[in-house]
Amino acid sequence: MTGYIIGTGNISPQETYDNTVFLRESAYHSSGRFMCIEPADYEKFIDPKLLRRMSRLIRMSYTAARICLEDAGITVPDAIITGSGMGCLEDTERFLSAIYQNDEKLLPPTPFIQSTHNTIGAQIALMLQCTNYNMTYSQRGISFENALTDAFMLLNEPEYKNVLVGGFDEMTDNQMILYNRLGYYKKEPVSGMNLIRSGTAGTAAGEGNTFFVLSSQQSENCYAIIRDVMTISQATDESFVKDRMLEFLRENRIPAKEIDLCIGGFSGDVNSDLIYHKVFNDLFPDSAIAGFKHLCGEYHTASAFAVWLAAKILKHNEIPPAVLLKPAPVRTIKNILIWNHYRNQSDSMILLSACC
Amino acid sequence: MSPKVYVTGCGMISSIGNSFAETERSVLASQSGIGPITLLETGYRNRLVAGEIKHPDNELAEMAGMTLKPGITRTTLLGAIAAKEAIFQAGITDIKDLTFISGTTVGGMVATEKYYPDFLSNDTRNAFIESHDCGDSTVRIAEYSGIKGYLSTINTACSSSANAIMLGTRLIKSGKAKRVLAGGVDALSKFTLNGFNTLMIVDPNPCKPFDENRNGLNLGEGAGFLVLEAEEAVAGKEILCEITGYSNANDAYHQTALSPDGRGAFLAMKAALEKAGLNPGEISYINAHGTATQNNDLSEGIAIERLFGSKIPFVSSTKPMTGHLLGAAGAIEAGISIVAMKRRIIPPNLNFKTRMKELGFTPVSTIVQNVDIRHIMSNSFGFGGNNTTLIFSKV
Repeated sequence: MTGYIIGTGNISPQETYDNTVFLRESAYHSSGRFMCIEPADYEKFIDPKLLRRMSRLIRMSYTAARICLEDAGITVPDAIITGSGMGCLEDTERFLSAIYQNDEKLLPPTPFIQSTHNTIGAQIALMLQCTNYNMTYSQRGISFENALTDAFMLLNEPEYKNVLVGGFDEMTDNQMILYNRLGYYKKEPVSGMNLIRSGTAGTAAGEGNTFFVLSSQQSENCYAIIRDVMTISQATDESFVKDRMLEFLRENRIPAKEIDLCIGGFSGDVNSDLIYHKVFNDLFPDSAIAGFKHLCGEYHTASAFAVWLAAKILKHNEIPPAVLLKPAPVRTIKNILIWNHYRNQSDSMILLSACC
Repeated sequence: MSPKVYVTGCGMISSIGNSFAETERSVLASQSGIGPITLLETGYRNRLVAGEIKHPDNELAEMAGMTLKPGITRTTLLGAIAAKEAIFQAGITDIKDLTFISGTTVGGMVATEKYYPDFLSNDTRNAFIESHDCGDSTVRIAEYSGIKGYLSTINTACSSSANAIMLGTRLIKSGKAKRVLAGGVDALSKFTLNGFNTLMIVDPNPCKPFDENRNGLNLGEGAGFLVLEAEEAVAGKEILCEITGYSNANDAYHQTALSPDGRGAFLAMKAALEKAGLNPGEISYINAHGTATQNNDLSEGIAIERLFGSKIPFVSSTKPMTGHLLGAAGAIEAGISIVAMKRRIIPPNLNFKTRMKELGFTPVSTIVQNVDIRHIMSNSFGFGGNNTTLIFSKV
């Protein structure tokens, strides 16, 4: 199971949509809600008439996909696979609110039409006139991993050479009210690395739109190789995770000491972050450790941001100081292990290596 | 050489029956479950019909053997009932190693739409905030059934569960899984009822697929799950059918409407035949998507004519019996296809009277008996031009 990342497109709470730079400087969000930084020139990617009808998520994700395809030099991918924990929330809320406000009468059809999770995969297909395989997954914190798993299966078949894979989720005003009610987020404002170092309960709300072109073949613009992805569908504890992680590495024939960097889904929630520290420090005492949710916030498909970060690190052979939690002696970065969970559920591990 | 994928269990619940056996009886009796809406809280109660399952949530919970508590939605209950039956029928004992793939499009919305004002203003319904997402019912059904294998939920609108069955098949063929529970579930909801009604594609009377005077769809609700097993894992078991063909293609024409020439439908059907290594002439029966909207039946009908030419197999849409189960449609129709194969019948396309002027064929309007069925093609098309075709073959 191997896929070469040959293009990326990322519209996130950092200025990541420009592929020529790599986390030049971090944007700090202190409101407890990390919102995406959108490109100013949407007209370059989308017909203004269509743009007006698109929700924020659709325009961001569609544009991230276009940036990604352009980066890879691919016009029409052999498949489009997306993952989203919550789908098109804004359109869903608009239609739901209209049902209440208008008492089920004279409702606007557009938000209903655009409320299904596969709207974005479909919009990309429509604009590229791509009649190929098109799939959308929604499995909480492993929605993006579901998409990756499918992409890998396709890449094993000769007719699939380049597959567009993306993860996206948006945060809305209403959803903030709901998740605050459930106590997901920190009460106090936090910014940057302080999110992870806060030592308090709760995280910060995030969102993002991260796309990749995965190819079955290595090419000049290879960022990194995704070697494998694994998900866990049951409750875990420290020893269970360690066992699964070592098994995962064994299956991929990589000894723990060859993992140069561990990227963990540290969300800033003191209770659920502890396990990352313990497992990483025990299994990988000599590896560097990095976090990423202090840059993008917490959301169901945040692991796609982590894959983007890992791919960029491997391509540039450079770990930006803004993500580093524990440094390691200077060495070439060859292998990165990402481990993420969403609120102590939906654990996933993704293994990446540098291109040869 | 990838292994053959066999179906060894099938669980179903819809307005025509709470189990495989009940569904089988209704199909053999050409019975429809479409009728007035009496349980869903909506202003359309006396104005629209649907394939509503006439059991309130507490009765469904009893059938499932689940405790009804906050966070448990109708979607979860329906799915649990069908999943339990499929696992039982397949005689799966090693449940924890099952891979579980579910398709749903309504998901937890069925509760969200009732409690949304509470979500925004007070803490009384907090448990349902966390059950809103599509993955929720999948996680809960897995926990309830004791499944600890790979989990995945697909939401490609009305092709979701057909895609779930396709993914399950591919996971086994690629060697990533040995046994998969795959299908889907959707409950009747105000959100989808209003949504389709806003698009003016809901027939207030029982729907008439492939009829010149068709006037839109009827919604339904329910769940269907199949147990898929690799050939080396089925030793001695009764095999319901083999999944030989599958394909997904995108119509890339419009977010909701299908192309006039049925581009995506044609591509999906053609690729599924190729995957199965079959000629069009070898298909005995097409269980059509056949929603009874103007657009779907024309587009699908034209695609069928393009692919099958003058030799069109038996065609019927079973949606006049069950209603359109949205994310669960592909799974319930897989179940009905298995009934057809087992009982050697072609299920009727109820309410059909007049051939569409654009098409040269008519659907089967009354049940046909004693048919030698070798291969059944089942179509499921969703919003976003998402077209999926499955082929079930007799073993």
